[in-house]
This record gives sequence, C-alpha cells and structure tokens, in this order.
Amino acid sequence: MTTPQLSTLTAEPEAQEPPAPISERRSRLRLPFSPWHLVLIPLSFLLVVPLLWMLVTSLETEGEANRFPPVLIPESPRFENYSEAWAAAPFGHFFLNSVMVTLVVLVSNLIVCSLAGYAFARVRFLGRGALFVTLMATLMVPFQVTMIPVFLIVKWFGDNVWAGLGIDHIGALMLPNLATAFGIFFLRQFFQTVPVELEEAARVDGTSRLGVLFKIVLPLSLPALSTLAALTVLTSWNDFLWPLIVITSHDQMTVPLGLSYFQGAHRVKWPLLMAANVMSLLPMLLVFVGAQRYFVQSVANTGLKG
Amino acid sequence: MTEVEFRDVTRRYAGGVTALNGLNLTVAEGEFLILVGPSGCGKSTALRLLAGLDKPTSGEIRIGGAVVNNLAPGERDIAMVFQNYALYPHMSVYRNLAYGLRQRRTPRAEVDRRVRETAELLQITELLDRKPGQLSGGQRQRVAMGRALVRKPQAFLLDEPLSNLDAKLRNQVRGDLKRLHREVPVTSIYVTHDQVEAMTLGDRLCVMAGGEVQQIGTTDDIYNRPANTFVAAFMGSPPMNLIPGVIRSGLLHVGETEVTAVPSPDGPVTVGVRPEHLQLHPSYTDGMVPARVDFIEPLGSHVLVTAQVEVDGGRVPVIVNAPAGTELASGARIGLALPQERTYFFDAETGDARRTRERVSLGHA
Repeated sequence: MTTPQLSTLTAEPEAQEPPAPISERRSRLRLPFSPWHLVLIPLSFLLVVPLLWMLVTSLETEGEANRFPPVLIPESPRFENYSEAWAAAPFGHFFLNSVMVTLVVLVSNLIVCSLAGYAFARVRFLGRGALFVTLMATLMVPFQVTMIPVFLIVKWFGDNVWAGLGIDHIGALMLPNLATAFGIFFLRQFFQTVPVELEEAARVDGTSRLGVLFKIVLPLSLPALSTLAALTVLTSWNDFLWPLIVITSHDQMTVPLGLSYFQGAHRVKWPLLMAANVMSLLPMLLVFVGAQRYFVQSVANTGLKG
Repeated sequence: MTEVEFRDVTRRYAGGVTALNGLNLTVAEGEFLILVGPSGCGKSTALRLLAGLDKPTSGEIRIGGAVVNNLAPGERDIAMVFQNYALYPHMSVYRNLAYGLRQRRTPRAEVDRRVRETAELLQITELLDRKPGQLSGGQRQRVAMGRALVRKPQAFLLDEPLSNLDAKLRNQVRGDLKRLHREVPVTSIYVTHDQVEAMTLGDRLCVMAGGEVQQIGTTDDIYNRPANTFVAAFMGSPPMNLIPGVIRSGLLHVGETEVTAVPSPDGPVTVGVRPEHLQLHPSYTDGMVPARVDFIEPLGSHVLVTAQVEVDGGRVPVIVNAPAGTELASGARIGLALPQERTYFFDAETGDARRTRERVSLGHA
C-alpha cells in the first residue's frame, strides 16, 4: 500500500475515499502514518515497558533496583549479575532439562500431528467424523480440569511402565504433550488446502500413501509446520503449572520452575532474578524472530486470529 | 503399449448416484481414444477408475490383458496428465520429470538420459531448472506431458489437458498432441467435453451421457451416423437440428404440413438434419418444412440463419447454414427442404436412430 489508510485493520484492502465532502475533510487531516498507530503505539508501550524494565533491572546493582523512584538508567551496567545468577542456582541443569523436554515434545508433535492431521484430512476411515469432533471437543476442556486425571495416568505410567515417565522425572513433562489436539487440527486444516491432484499425480507416479505425505504434502506445508513448531516450542518452554505439579527434585526442574524456586528460596535479589529471566527468555526470542514470518502469515491464513 | 479394456464397469457412489453404468470399452494398442460428453457424464470417472484413483463398484478393468482392479495407481504403469497439470510446485521441472522414474528406482544415469531426451522432444530443455510457478500455462502443459511421457508407460490418460489454455494455444497444442502421438504411439485415453477437440484428435470417439456410452466410433461414424438424438445434438457446431414429426401412411408430417414421402414405418419420429445439409428456400412451396426467420448471423464464409418451425402449437428453433450473402428479414416466411441424403430419423420416444437401411433417399412428393 502506498498511502497509509484506515484499512490497516479493516477487511477492505484498498478502500478509496468515498465522495466529496468526507474526502476533503480527510485530506486536511492526513497524517504521515495510519491513525490507528495513535492507538497502537501506546498499547505496544504497555507490552514493551515490563520487558525493558526487566532488562534494565538485570543490569543494576541491588541498591539501584530497590530505590524509589526507580532508576531507569543504571550508573554503570552490572553484567556480573548474569554470571552470578547463572552460578546461584543450577541454571545450566534447568536449561538442559528444558531443552530436552522441548526438543522431544517438538519432534514428537511434528511427526504425530502430521500423521494424524493427514489421516483426518485425506484418509477415509470409519468414524473419522466422530473421532475428529471428539478431538476438537478436548480443545474446549481447560487444563485445570484434566490436570488431576493426567497426574494419575502419568503416575501409573511411572509405577507400571517405566520410572523415567513417572512423577518427578522430566519424562512426565514430555508424555502428556507428545501430541496436541490443536496441532492435529491446525495441520489438518492446512493439508486440506493442498490440491488433491498433486497427491493423485504422485500416486500415479508410484508413491505410497506415506510417501505422498512425506515427499509432497509436508514439503508444501513448511509454513504450517514452522508455525506449529514455534507454537510448540513456546508453550513447552514456558510451561509452568504442569512442571510445578509433577516435579519436586531440583535436578528435574525446567527453567520456569527453576526461576520460581530461585525466587522463593532466597531473599529476592531482583537484579539476579531479572538476569535469570532475560537468559530464560533469549531462546524464545530467537525462535520467534526466526519463525515470525511464517507465524504471522499462517495464523492470519487459518482465520485463527482473535 | 497395450490394450485397455473396461468390462461391465459400474461406479455407484454412496447416496445412490451412479456415475458410470456398465461401461464396456476396448481401446486397442496404440490407439488414441476420446471420451467425450457433457460434465457429469462419467468420462472422468472412467479415467479415474482406470488410473486406480477410484475403485469400481463392479466390473473388471484390464490393462494389457491383466485385471488391475486391485492394483494401486503406481503399480498399473500408466501415466496421467491432469487438467490443472498438478506439477509438484516445490520441485524444479527436472525433478518433476524425474520423480516418477526415481520412485521406480531407475538408476540415476538412466533417469538423467530419459529426462533430457523427453525435454528435447517437448522443447523444454531450457526450462529444466525452473520451478512450475515460473512457467507460462503452455509451458506447464508441456511439462505435464513430459512427466507422463518420460515414464514410457503402458497407457496415457489425459484429463481435459487443454482446457486451461487460451483458444489460440489450444489449437497449437492440439496439433502438437497429434504429432506427438504419431512419434510415440502409446495407447491413449483422452477425456474432454469439447466436441471439436474430440473430433479432431481421436482415432475413435466414445460419446457418453448420464454414465452410459451413447456411441463408439470414428469421427465419421459419430458425425454422419449418430446412434441417437443425444449424439446428434452433442456433436457438431452448430448441432444437428431435431424436428418432431409423424409418419402417416409413408408420408412425413411436420405439424399440420405434409412434407414428403419417406421409406420409414409409420409413427412419431424425430427428424434430424445438420445445418449444412438443410436447404433454405426464400419462399415456401409444397414438400418443404415451413418456417419463419428469427435472426441471421453472417460469419463471412457463410451465414447462420435461425428460424422457427411451428409444430403442434409450439416452436422449434432450426439453424440453417446458408451461403454468404444470404439476406432475410426477421419474420420472413421460408421453406426448408430436407436433403435427399443425410436426413435422419430417430424414434420419438427413445431417441434411438431408426435402423440405417431406412435412412435412404427420400422420394419427393
């Protein structure tokens, strides 16, 4: 778009000015940016300020952090906070746990949701519709409702199948999240938009059903897969409630849990806590920056925006 | 290069729709057969059944004598060209061509040789590194043909491959297809709804409607000896005129008018005459079918006259192919003489042609 217009947030992309009187009024008031920015910029401030404050605090001395009114620019940035925070708790270990949980959950989600999503999108089988509706219904049940049953199931797995999957092991953090109803739904919607002739052409060319999925459909679904990957990583990395319930030992804790432990165990040293927070945020920031293009695009395409 | 055969093939869908009803059809080795008919006539269903993309409810499909009903599409050794080409968008033209061969574990050197050979044949060598998104419609069409050709399949299935091209390109590609089939005479089955395409391309045509075969034959058979009113009206542009009439004691009557003596049994009939065979007389005399001019369309080489024939209180439009320069006022009363040869009689109820030997020259009254 060449000229900034109200259309930024409305559906009609090129809404040209309607007839005379209104357009005259508008042209007098024309700003070098969309008027919506007047609303959006203050709103974005609300979101950015806490993050900036976190960053600033992480570089202050304890004295500066506790002063009122707050110190907005530290006298000399104190980077030692980071190394001290890193040393104050087994953060390396928390990171490792988080990375392991996130990686396993990510890989498993991509594989299982692809397979299930493709089956729901293209394979005809008895009860497909009913099964899909059931799956969708689980999306409407909040986690707080299923928390205790899931806890009992995981406990049973730990007691009867393998201790590594049980309570107080990081396996317990992976097991319930290996596939998500959302992931299946999301990929199914995307797979349905892949022209079916491409799949038929591949089958005539001698590709098996699974081959069609892996060689034709998935390569064409990279935007959807990237989005699902980013969402999965974010959710898994930030998950707090579930780890809080199942994990008690320090050596099994993930970063968010470790942070809260760090906060509770000692008198709160704000600069150190904020330094730890910044470190725990960095990987997510990288993921988001990397996947942002796909992320925004495919959320917009699937009509999932609010 | 193989014979393809449908034996009593029926496809019924859940919900009771019969897309294809008892199809019997044999395509000879190296033949170029056209399946033609309006949309929903079952022609695409037949092709999909042959490709293995759909399963027949009953009946047998044979390729090269072997029943293939239970073989997966990839095991049938056939190649298909889709209406929208279905080129893999994430692969280069080279990989699109090579894909089918790679799937069949053809050695790399062999794949390369055949891809280049095919690209040469279709003059797409300079496009090999491009992605389908960077090609024009005509180029995509050639790549789609290439992807089918490169496999050297037993049979070629083409599903309206020209319908996404503009008119000019379509004529050109039609010629290319004919040449290609002469150079690589693979058994081919070509689905189209365009009767011009059907008549110009095929060795034989199979005209379908409502899931059933109406007539199978050469262009000449279909055009000059239509089996029923459907074929008569579907093939030819403009189509054959169909005028209801009655034969009473050997004399054909159209409406109240007694037209001419015909050697066909008494009873209600549908009279069929092609626009180019109907003779237009500027004034009505006995022995002709009376009509009123509706409008005329000068086309340079000839003039199309649309007239109305009054039959039992209703009006039936008739198109006549008149010589260039014909000028008639709208509403003018004219006479249409049925030609001695090439007047067809169809059963008024079933629409089937009355037997051929009855289609003899008319004794003018």
